Amino acid sequence: MAKMKVEEQEKAKTKARMSGSLMLIEALKEEKVEVIFGYPGGAVLPLYDELYKAGVFHVLTRHEQGAIHAAEGYARISGKPGVVIATSGPGATNIVTGLTDAMMDSLPLVVFTGQVATSVIGSDAFQEADVVGITMPITKHNYQVRDISELPRIIKEAFHIATTGRPGPVLIDIPKDITTAEGEFDYDQDVHLPGYQPTTQPNHWQIRRLVEAVSQSKRPVILAGAGILHANAADELRQYAEQQSIPVVHTLLGLGGFPADHPLFLGMAGMHGTYTANMALYECDLLINIGARFDDRVTGNLKYFAPKATVAHIDIDPAEIGKNVPTKIPIVSDAKAALQELIAQQGKPADNAAWLAQLDEWKRRFPLHYEPEAGTIKPQKLIEMIYELTNGEAIVTTDVGQHQMWAAQYYKFNRPHRWVTSGGLGTMGFGLPAAIGAQLADRSATVVSIVGDGGFQMTFQELSVIQELRLPIKIVIVNNQALGMVRQWQELFYDKRYSHSLIPNQPDFVKLAEAYGMLGMRAKTEEEAAEVLKQAFAINGPVLLDFHVRADENVYPMVAPGKGLHEMVGVKACEESSR
Amino acid sequence: MRRIITMTVNNRPGVLNRITGLFTKRHYNIESITVGHTEIEGISRMTFVVNVDDERTAEQIIKQLNKQIDVLKVNDITDQAIVARELALIKAAAPPAIRQEIYTLIEPFRASIVDVSKDSLVIQVTGEPEKVEALIELLRPYGIKEVARTGTTAFTRGSQKAAANQKTAFII
Repeated sequence: MAKMKVEEQEKAKTKARMSGSLMLIEALKEEKVEVIFGYPGGAVLPLYDELYKAGVFHVLTRHEQGAIHAAEGYARISGKPGVVIATSGPGATNIVTGLTDAMMDSLPLVVFTGQVATSVIGSDAFQEADVVGITMPITKHNYQVRDISELPRIIKEAFHIATTGRPGPVLIDIPKDITTAEGEFDYDQDVHLPGYQPTTQPNHWQIRRLVEAVSQSKRPVILAGAGILHANAADELRQYAEQQSIPVVHTLLGLGGFPADHPLFLGMAGMHGTYTANMALYECDLLINIGARFDDRVTGNLKYFAPKATVAHIDIDPAEIGKNVPTKIPIVSDAKAALQELIAQQGKPADNAAWLAQLDEWKRRFPLHYEPEAGTIKPQKLIEMIYELTNGEAIVTTDVGQHQMWAAQYYKFNRPHRWVTSGGLGTMGFGLPAAIGAQLADRSATVVSIVGDGGFQMTFQELSVIQELRLPIKIVIVNNQALGMVRQWQELFYDKRYSHSLIPNQPDFVKLAEAYGMLGMRAKTEEEAAEVLKQAFAINGPVLLDFHVRADENVYPMVAPGKGLHEMVGVKACEESSR
Repeated sequence: MRRIITMTVNNRPGVLNRITGLFTKRHYNIESITVGHTEIEGISRMTFVVNVDDERTAEQIIKQLNKQIDVLKVNDITDQAIVARELALIKAAAPPAIRQEIYTLIEPFRASIVDVSKDSLVIQVTGEPEKVEALIELLRPYGIKEVARTGTTAFTRGSQKAAANQKTAFII
């Protein structure tokens, strides 16, 4: 009885009457939110007033898109949900790109948008937009709060949904009058969502089938995606791969889930994957997909994807299994739980010595390759120099395009949560704001934001935030005076008709850096590049580096659209030149 | 192939939008959707009919629907013993001279006249969509002014035991 009383008293303490705005602050404290990325406006003024009074750490980005990408970077590195506040109407529509990006790459976000007062919703009021309608297909779930009494429950559910199962963005639209209305704050309630019960533990029978399949296999391969990182299963992946001696290829987003310098690692697979990784996927007789969703950039033409293989797929999202590739052994589970079970079973390893020898031969004969050239900067060399200077320890963020592929190919990620890139949506302008969030998630890390000259100009206003917070981010512009990947495709598939992809008149990025009060440096040759990189990494503060790279360089190897992974072009054998 | 999928959902604002939006986004073709309350307060039941080419698409639809937080349960009942019904109101041109003929025509369908005016009748019919279709075709030569159909709503039968063999018999 006495115990009951104490519990009741504790509960009563949390049940206090307060405004919607204060409830939100209290809920964020309960959720242990360290930083909010946002931008104020009319509909969220009561909320911002409360933030002011509470002294919550809030980062004012210069555009809402910056706020949400920063939250994504934060989520990717910390593993915790990124929190964003935007106002109604334009504030909310400005986060649409980031929401889609987070949805595609399964990043946990909790996004609060202001909304006009309930009394005028639907009247096309000032700064009104149907945010719930707009964001329905690009969020894991969304809410509009219609009564103050629902607010604590909704926030609690939102954090639960965003961070469990397959992570994703959840949006809460809060009308202005709800932020000022008063209600009872009860955050001590259990989340009750009968329609949302993610399966996290694998089915034993299916695990058994996979163990059998491995023991009978001669050419097994693991395709590991970002699910490994979300589940913090890098150690288990390594242990399992070593135990069964199964080689591993990564998706773009999975990089770092398995050590790049491990003998069993074959590299990244897909459109710009390594020869060995792609040929392994083509020739394997057992494909074990762990936490990847068979994106078309990984599979190439599905007709030629793993044509000889039995496919096993471990994924926490049942809808991903069988969506693109027919699967013989489906395992709905958290990657960590499934791997632990597989390790515990200690199945008979595959008889794959010949396979491993073949893979080693390919690795040796067809490594990633570029032609060094004096008097210019080869973008691949630039990435290699950054890799060496940072000992492979840096957090690397990128946009989308050529620089992203070079970074993925030439920066070797040996540990998880160092790689922040826009994979599924391929968002230009992602890299710079994402670096802000990544740096705030890991203050001691060296953060390098590798961006193209095109994407950089989509969100470079966030330099202001980097300068203001003195975040020691090194911004590397791979400047080829073009939208490089567009240019590459036009060269290869549109007969060199460079329709609106060349930007010969770029602004002076060094002066731009200076305008924002930070150091800017430029390099046009490899020697200059080595020098400015050395200087930049010696400085404990933000530096913007403008590298004028060889402009007509293309990303190879490449699987052309519509082709199978075995039909790569731009593969060069080590001994003879056959490219 | 025509498939009948039923589900129970939380009766929350925007749920129907969520479901139809999902269909639009993923390019699935909906033939009809019906929604109504269930015996439990706050929970609605939807029946929808979709045209899909293969089993994999059907499976994918069900999985995607299941992912929705407000969706409680999804069932593909196409291959089960089911009761599937549709209601249609048909306003047919019917001058007094041919009314008797129309009465005779609709009688085997167990349809009923629910409104009569100077030159038209409103006929109500319930049953399998094929039956509704057949009646409409029969009435067409007389001149149809308007048709309102609800779309299919369906239930699995209480007894499923003999379903595998006698499926067709059950459906009729």
